[in-house]
Amino acid sequence: MPEKILIPLYGNDVAPRFDLSTEVLLTVRDKNVSDGEEKIVVLSQASAEKLCHLILTEEVDVVICSGIEEEYYQYLTWKKVQVIDSVIGSWESVLKRFYEGTLQAGDILFDEKD
Amino acid sequence: MDTLQQSRIKPLFDFPINLRSLIDEIPLGIIILDMDRRIMLLNRSFESLTGFSQNEAAGVPCYHILRSKMCIKGCPALNMKQESKPVCMESDLINRDRNLIPVRVNLALLKDPDHKAVGFLETVEDMRPIKELDAQKSHAYSFAHLIGRSPQMEKIFQILPVFAQSDSSVLITGETGTGKDLAAEAIHQASNRAKRPFVKVNCGALPETLLESELFGHRKGAFTGAVENKPGRFRLAHNGTLYLTEIGDLPLSLQVKLLTFLDDQMVYPLGGTTGFQANVRVIAATHRNLEQMVQTGRFREDLLFRLNVVRIHLPPLRERRGDVRLLLDYFLNSLNSRFRKNIKGFSNKTLDILKGYPYPGNVRELRNISEYAVNVCQEEKIQPHHLPAYIVEMKPMIEAQVLPPIQTGLNEYTLPETEQTWGAMERKLIMDALVKTGGRRSKTAELLGWGRSTLWRKMKQYGINQ
Repeated sequence: MPEKILIPLYGNDVAPRFDLSTEVLLTVRDKNVSDGEEKIVVLSQASAEKLCHLILTEEVDVVICSGIEEEYYQYLTWKKVQVIDSVIGSWESVLKRFYEGTLQAGDILFDEKD
Repeated sequence: MDTLQQSRIKPLFDFPINLRSLIDEIPLGIIILDMDRRIMLLNRSFESLTGFSQNEAAGVPCYHILRSKMCIKGCPALNMKQESKPVCMESDLINRDRNLIPVRVNLALLKDPDHKAVGFLETVEDMRPIKELDAQKSHAYSFAHLIGRSPQMEKIFQILPVFAQSDSSVLITGETGTGKDLAAEAIHQASNRAKRPFVKVNCGALPETLLESELFGHRKGAFTGAVENKPGRFRLAHNGTLYLTEIGDLPLSLQVKLLTFLDDQMVYPLGGTTGFQANVRVIAATHRNLEQMVQTGRFREDLLFRLNVVRIHLPPLRERRGDVRLLLDYFLNSLNSRFRKNIKGFSNKTLDILKGYPYPGNVRELRNISEYAVNVCQEEKIQPHHLPAYIVEMKPMIEAQVLPPIQTGLNEYTLPETEQTWGAMERKLIMDALVKTGGRRSKTAELLGWGRSTLWRKMKQYGINQ
């Protein structure tokens, strides 16, 4: 069963704030296909409500983000969306760690060189 | 990081001390950043505020740890030059516990002995206690949900708790929209009956026959259709408060029955032979001039005397113009949080218009105007074009302009012929928006700042069909 993942972006990194993000990465992880398709969606304005709406209409399964308010975290969880929050790092390294099955909430994937 | 952590303050002490242990004692979040805005050092207060420890945060760009709005919307460190002065900003952050915390951030350049910038010193102050104080302060000029700081209102706030403690009947007078219902509820809530029922009956809303049964109840078979016993509002309010609004509209026959109740506290249901001893406090309210009604024979004098034990008159808004600004700010704040908007305030021109408007509908009208403006406004401040057109088009109130006295009522005060009702204004607003968006409903809803379902409902309400 393909799994749809959404990551709010700030440049190449996971956005520090869910509610202030204007760009998101949407990708589908299909175990039968080695490389998932990735697309970046630019939002007209930063809004946690609109982002939640997008997550639900796009039928996203997993949201990987950094700072998110409890209200939206609980709402998404209630809507059966898995939220891995307080994740810091570039979206590529975060996604890699997620595919490996070792990504956890609160992970900081930053090196001094990053 | 090590060099900074090992920094010593030699001239102050006989022996070197650790910088971290020094800043740990300061009850203010402190972070030290390098020129690339990476975190070098942070103190204990910062750790407890954000939830990130020194080990986790070391070397990470500060915007990932601070997670403040100002980091995303425009980090002040980016524009700091060698000679820049420290910057102070109010913002917010989301900590690891997913709490949104208002903060005040101070950012200053750190310089070496040659005055060359080597990094940044950032202090982060938790503003929650101050905001809570502000919230308390904003309730300072109020009693329950009544707001005001004019001398007339202050007098009422002082006397209401005193009246609440007694069981005397209360008569509240005042024009429409002055807060009679709120005052009645405030009296009930401040009284010993607060935990008991507060039952409200609008005497003008029901025909005479129904009202009698509604107030006093009926026995099964008392009249056609009385298929079972009905307790009546007096009985429902037993041990509590019965609030009779629009008492001036109470038919004369029922005035007699109410008079009897006020005399002996007995309720006789329709068709019943035995009475019920009800322990009810009666609060009555009206926008009519009861004395004048007594003279014309439309209200019983003896009932007026019995109700008029304690009288509270709520002044119209035009007699307490100093409260307009306070009320505008109060409604803006509450509407901002209700509609999840971030409108900072009113422009000076808007304020002039709003302060000059006579408010025939009093506080209720002011609240509706605020709600309209907050809905329409998509800018930082509410501008005159965000106000309903009938207000902007109206000439400012001049002192000589005398409005009808309260009891002659709103009916005699007419607004300009064009677009005189709220509904008409809203309908026009929807039509204009539909024309602008070429009839596309989703775009129209977005333009108006409403949800699609709200727009659909309002279009249905005003009979707008596409």
